[in-house]
Amino acid sequence: MSAHLPILQVVVPLLAAPFCLFLKRGRVAWGLAVLASWAALAIALALLDQVMREGVLSYAIGDWAPPIGIEYRVDVVNAWVLVIVSGIGAIVSPYAMASIEREVEAGRIPLFYAAYLLCLSGLLGITITGDMFNVFVFLEISSLSAYALIALGQARRALTSAFRYLIMGSVGATFIVIGIGLLYVMTGTLNMADLAQLLPEVWDSRTVKVAYGFLTVGFCLKLALFPLHLWLPNAYTYAPSAVTAFMASTATKVAVYMLLRFFLTIFGAPFSFDVMALDRVLLPLALVAIASMSLVAIFQVNVKRLLAYSSVAQIGYMILGLSFATVTGLTATLLHLFNHALMKGALFMAMGCVMYRIGSVHINAMAGLGRRMPWTMAAFVVGGLSLVGVPLTVGFVSKWYLILGALERGWWPVAILVLLTSLLALVYIWRVVEAAYFRDFPGDEQTREAPWTLLGPTWALVALNLYFGIDAGRTVQIARQAAETLMAGISP
Amino acid sequence: MTTLLLLALAVPVAGAVFIALLRKNPNAREAASLVTAGVLFAIVLRIYRAVSGGARPEVTLAEPLPGIRIALEAEPLGVLFALIASFLWIVTTAYSIGYMRGHHEKNQTRFYLFFAFAIASVMGVAFAGNLFTLFAFYEVLSLATFPLVTHAGTDAAKRAGRVYLGILFSTSVVFQLLGIIWVYAVAGTVDFEPGGILRGNVGAGLVPILLALFVFGIGKAAVMPFHRWLPAAMVAPTPVSALLHAVAVVKAGVFSVLKVTVYIFGFDFVAETGASVWLMWAAAATIILGSLVAFTKDNLKARLAYSTVSQLSYVVLGAMLANGLGVIGSGMHIAMHAFGKITLFFCAGAIMVAAHKSEVSQLNGLGRRMPVTFAAFLIGTLSIVGLPPTGGAWSKWFLGVGSVEAGQIGLVAVLMLSSLLSLAYLLEIPIRGFFGKEGEGAHGAHGDGGASGEARAHADGSAPGHADRGGSHDAHDPAHAHHGTHQDAHAHHGAPRWSVAAITVTAAACIALFVYPEPFYRLMTMVTGP
Repeated sequence: MSAHLPILQVVVPLLAAPFCLFLKRGRVAWGLAVLASWAALAIALALLDQVMREGVLSYAIGDWAPPIGIEYRVDVVNAWVLVIVSGIGAIVSPYAMASIEREVEAGRIPLFYAAYLLCLSGLLGITITGDMFNVFVFLEISSLSAYALIALGQARRALTSAFRYLIMGSVGATFIVIGIGLLYVMTGTLNMADLAQLLPEVWDSRTVKVAYGFLTVGFCLKLALFPLHLWLPNAYTYAPSAVTAFMASTATKVAVYMLLRFFLTIFGAPFSFDVMALDRVLLPLALVAIASMSLVAIFQVNVKRLLAYSSVAQIGYMILGLSFATVTGLTATLLHLFNHALMKGALFMAMGCVMYRIGSVHINAMAGLGRRMPWTMAAFVVGGLSLVGVPLTVGFVSKWYLILGALERGWWPVAILVLLTSLLALVYIWRVVEAAYFRDFPGDEQTREAPWTLLGPTWALVALNLYFGIDAGRTVQIARQAAETLMAGISP
Repeated sequence: MTTLLLLALAVPVAGAVFIALLRKNPNAREAASLVTAGVLFAIVLRIYRAVSGGARPEVTLAEPLPGIRIALEAEPLGVLFALIASFLWIVTTAYSIGYMRGHHEKNQTRFYLFFAFAIASVMGVAFAGNLFTLFAFYEVLSLATFPLVTHAGTDAAKRAGRVYLGILFSTSVVFQLLGIIWVYAVAGTVDFEPGGILRGNVGAGLVPILLALFVFGIGKAAVMPFHRWLPAAMVAPTPVSALLHAVAVVKAGVFSVLKVTVYIFGFDFVAETGASVWLMWAAAATIILGSLVAFTKDNLKARLAYSTVSQLSYVVLGAMLANGLGVIGSGMHIAMHAFGKITLFFCAGAIMVAAHKSEVSQLNGLGRRMPVTFAAFLIGTLSIVGLPPTGGAWSKWFLGVGSVEAGQIGLVAVLMLSSLLSLAYLLEIPIRGFFGKEGEGAHGAHGDGGASGEARAHADGSAPGHADRGGSHDAHDPAHAHHGTHQDAHAHHGAPRWSVAAITVTAAACIALFVYPEPFYRLMTMVTGP
């Protein structure tokens, strides 16, 4: 059984998805989705544990040995991402029940869970596979289901947002598949480990460099790096709350993982940094993303949109860590994948609670909510402090390693910029806090705290924000080991 | 021994829980505050005995990042700060009971609750075993005091709160945190060690920059130009201004500067590299400018706030002198200024409660009605200025001698000039009180029958133009319309009995410290070494 964990990781949610369609009742479909999500988390944790102890796991699908057959290959890096994705799935899926019943038509609820499970299995598949074309297949599975999930939003603008995401996402996927195709032309293999062996021989060919360019643009579109982020704010704003919480914490993270996997494992750090100057391309983009998107976030009045712009800025931090081209920098990137999932998940879930009760996340509609919904707003405050990077929250851990990485390179202006932009985060979080705690509640006297089915998962994430902020030893160890793995390239 | 350290943190938190539980019964709630304060002082006293006997108890609570611990350690400098803060908490609690009731403040439970949290974080700052722990508690202290600053909930309070948190957070995040991570990057540790951890790890060119990151990054030390938060914080109720913004919060700032100088840089190392010379003059500039601004303030609390800005830089200056005498003077000044300034704030609050006067120009002749208060103000003034027979004389002495030893004769002149300035702007108050003629604006000190006049004075006090000066005391509000009926219950000179007792204690302490500064002096010699 345990030998088959890699395939089960994907197959469990993938098979559960069609069953959701047959189950006509929403609650039953929900139960199945929760079960599948938790099973996925259990498998991911088991895989991480196994990889930490025994090293790289290779699984040949259908017993077809790689590089002929499809290989699932698990090392510390993707085991870590698997835990992030399935962990967020496990926490968001219980939360989805009440939130989705409020925000999605009853008849479409089983469809929702089917799409959610497809998206989850797609993301897990991208992460776990060791086969380049398989990445593309799962990318399409996760993207198509994501478009459907976003289009389920209440507002009619959800449809245009989803359509826009569809166009941009498809362009991105096309660029990626062109890149993959070119690499296949040059090497005749789709297996990642195999590619890593073969590519150095053809480094000089223009085709490989063109492939690299296509892949860069494709990945940056998918992970919403400035200036290719335009699809993200609307998609996050108008999607159902549970979808936003899930997507914001997973989809862009997996895209970052793809970028790391392709450019550091397949092409290798020497090619990426020395030949293609990836770090020098990404550094300015990351800095502009951080500064400009944090500024834009300050002026938003819709809090979900505010958090969406903040996400684009935070993705900038992840790319910034990569652009240091050091182990410390990559450690910061990998830590922030996890930490940002925790904080943004918690913040978007708190917004889901607000949406559930007052039907809006406009900053003015939230006036005085601190007294009406104390637990929800307290969750928002803690999540916000984590986003700002206050000590004893996970945000601080990320910030610490990011600045350490900058100082190691001697780039102290970058360190100062990171610190200054965390103050911008304080400003946009503070605007919400001030509305919620210092203004009078104008609305309905009947407004109560959100139900515990929403608060429970939200506070679970908040607690994780604090726990991994106070005891980050384990996460730092994993992230550092993963960073070392990535920098070292693939082991033969 | 280590349990005592944990208790020093846990007791105020437990006190906060009791305060919240007893919110329905004000008397029991205040009793809980007093008992907590008393127990905390007893604990700190035991830590003091152990530490002055040579013990250095320490305990690690958690290890958030590999090599970065949340750790507590008691050493002489921290004990000195903890002693002062915990003792003055008892006095302030007693004072608050009189003030908050006499002033009819709202949300008193919240007030005592966050007060207890603030003290818990002060203990964390005092006993922090490394830079990271210090930083964490420093930030918690900013957060815990925010609800106290904005206690009134008015627009002016909200605006002041924004300035307060804005400056404290931005300086600490941009400069201090950068400094901490930088120290870690070069030294591989952030633990406080006698003699510092930087020697041999940093080039001489980097030391001044790093030191500046701490001096300006510790915004609570209020070195100009990052001092604006302190006058802004004066919108808080007077007990908050007294304990937090004359003692706990601001002293946490200068204490951190001193601690970093001694235990991270090592003051010998600072002196060798000459890293602090320009910072001495930054502190000197703050000393003089703070005094000059204080002159222009008619609002009593605003004047005291700028006086604090000026006095805090004495402590920073002492640290920057980077010699044994300067450091001793710096530490002693933390103690002496605390007792002096808290007395002055207590008096300002008593005047406000009893006579509803907030402007210096309104105080004419009030001293004859409130002799205890104004006499205490005089003693506090002497201590701030540094004149015998008050404790302030000692710290000024050591700072002066330290300046000479550092070869900075110019600084001696600065110290003398500033003493003269503070003498002038503080002495005006008791002089007006005792010798001034009661003008039209200053009648009805007992609060009987002067209701309409008072209301007018108060409308002035909270006018927007006034709030801009940062120090207006519009923390109280409509409650004033009906104060007259309550005043009769107060003691014969108008101030609440609890508050007068507190004033007497701190004023007496100012004099006692002149005769017996021994404990603080001995602690500081343990810091500087033989």
